[in-house]
Amino acid sequence: MSIWEYANPKKFMGWTAPVLPYAFGLAALCLIVGLVWGFFFTPDDYRQGSTVKIIYLHVPAALMAINAWIMMLVASLIWVVRRHHVSALAARAAAPVGLTMTLIALFTGAIWGQPMWGTYWAWDPRLTSFLILFLFYLGYIALWEAIEDPDTAADLTSVLCMVGSIFAILSRYAVNFWNQGLHQGASLSLDKEENVSDVFWQPLVICIAGFVLLFIGLVLLRTRTEIRARRIRALEARARRA
Amino acid sequence: MIALLLRDLRLAVRAGGGFGLGLAFFLIVVVLVPLGVGPQTELLSRIAPGILWVASLLAALLSLDRIFALDFEDGSLGLLATSPLPLEGAALAKALAHWITTGLPLTLAAPALGFLLSLAPEAYKYLLLSLLLGTPALSMIGTFGAALTVGLRRGGLLLSLLVLPLYVPTLIFGAEAVRRGADGLDPTGALILLGMITAGSFAVLPFVTAATLRINLR
Amino acid sequence: MLRVSNVTCARGGIPVLSDISFDVHAGQALILRGPNGIGKTTLLRTLAGLQPALAGEVDHPADEVAYASHADGIKTALSVTENLSFWADVYGQPVPDDIWDTFDLADLRERIAGTLSAGQKRRLGLARLGVIGRKVLFLDEPTVSLDGFSVRLFADWLQDKHLASGGVAVIATHIDLGITAPELDLTPFKSAPEAGGATDEAFL
Repeated sequence: MSIWEYANPKKFMGWTAPVLPYAFGLAALCLIVGLVWGFFFTPDDYRQGSTVKIIYLHVPAALMAINAWIMMLVASLIWVVRRHHVSALAARAAAPVGLTMTLIALFTGAIWGQPMWGTYWAWDPRLTSFLILFLFYLGYIALWEAIEDPDTAADLTSVLCMVGSIFAILSRYAVNFWNQGLHQGASLSLDKEENVSDVFWQPLVICIAGFVLLFIGLVLLRTRTEIRARRIRALEARARRA
Repeated sequence: MIALLLRDLRLAVRAGGGFGLGLAFFLIVVVLVPLGVGPQTELLSRIAPGILWVASLLAALLSLDRIFALDFEDGSLGLLATSPLPLEGAALAKALAHWITTGLPLTLAAPALGFLLSLAPEAYKYLLLSLLLGTPALSMIGTFGAALTVGLRRGGLLLSLLVLPLYVPTLIFGAEAVRRGADGLDPTGALILLGMITAGSFAVLPFVTAATLRINLR
Repeated sequence: MLRVSNVTCARGGIPVLSDISFDVHAGQALILRGPNGIGKTTLLRTLAGLQPALAGEVDHPADEVAYASHADGIKTALSVTENLSFWADVYGQPVPDDIWDTFDLADLRERIAGTLSAGQKRRLGLARLGVIGRKVLFLDEPTVSLDGFSVRLFADWLQDKHLASGGVAVIATHIDLGITAPELDLTPFKSAPEAGGATDEAFL
């Protein structure tokens, strides 16, 4: 049995139903453990004080904001190449989740920025890139909403997602070129020198796992809703013809 | 392809609005900015590169929804799609026609408006060069956006929402080149990157635009 | 020249006409009949390659096809001559001298197309077919808003010029064009409500 069979809408509805509670349950567990550990059982940073603890929301949200777009790109490619409806609907389902993650990252960043840099907002490359990413999400969602025929909408949004990805990467480089920023380097990297220290790192990884699981759960849930909406549409079309 | 280009240019001239409207809009935006931010010469000359670039970007945006919408309504687009002219060629011709009717006049008018904003004298040649290199990309990206929204009733507003984020790199490199020119720094890097965006857009987007049109004509 | 085998075509992802097969030989026309909404336009667009067929095959010389819809593709800001010579250029053909008389446009050559009446515009739209030199024509309601005289002009051109020189035409129309051509009633091909192949089938 090929892996693609799971993309059949009926099969998809079948296997996702039992998976959903686990995804949400594990997400809740990870988030509770990670956030409680992070907020109450890690020391204050010697320079940033307790403000550093917003990292447990900021970094995972920022990661998921980007990963959601990458997931949409992959799903769009699968739709264009293999025409699996579920793939297009999953991309559609992921967009508002990604948009929300982008907003969370921007807001937590602003709250963190005020005590650290003395300002809620600066036109720093990373911040600006996220604002641009936010605009890309808005355009993508608006295009889905504007087109009536679902397959046409899937095709056109896939094209937009692919072209948009290229321009999003270009924008990232352009913004770097335009301003060297205030933002610290990567919070997580394999290079030990740059990494945040271990005490912060462990709860952070748990929080990231929680956000990933939450994202998976939300996307599965929303995809199921989209599939049901399409099913209603198909049944109505059928009823009109009969 | 040349026939289509000539026809579009002729239509732009006949229907009015083609050359004039974008230019007038450009002028108005540039006049409004000093009214909004105040008349201090020093401030204006600092923000002049950005204003000129943002204004030309908005002026280019203004006429985008006409690129395919009219041809779609009167059926020419469907007829073109079944003609021996490949849609890729049609997309390229449309983008070029848009550039000649908006990008080129904007580029030529920009130095005069730079004078209004007391742009630094050293920056004029980079203003011309950056607009000349960058505005074709604005037209080509916009043509792609127009193809995405061609069948939609309220496509105009959506078109801006889709196209403006795609304009970000062009805007940044274009305005940066002028700013560096004005500050006496070397703008070559920005100009090269701007040229690469334009070249890349023209290499890839005609094909994407044609595919998009085929989806919309289905 | 044109062979259609077991074509199923869809509107909005739902099959409307199923299993249509016919042959049209050089010099022949085929008239499609059927009530409004049966899918004549959909079928013609599918045959012309503007939309994909759900099933079946359409065989015709690929670079000989032209499609004409309700919309003429006339630019109202251009003159009659400019409109025609544009399409001639796109197809790489010269504008034939007799086209003006054939479609009774001789007096209108320099008129701006926007000032033409609906019937005159339609004649201009049809004259486009005489200019582009394509052998396989798919015509959707070509005689809308034409008076009896103009219908005659068009039918004569179709019969004496197009078909006589080995062309082929598939025409959807409700009126009698007065040309000798077999008719195909599409009513029996209407897709059954439970017909397969709809793009949203996977969701049922």
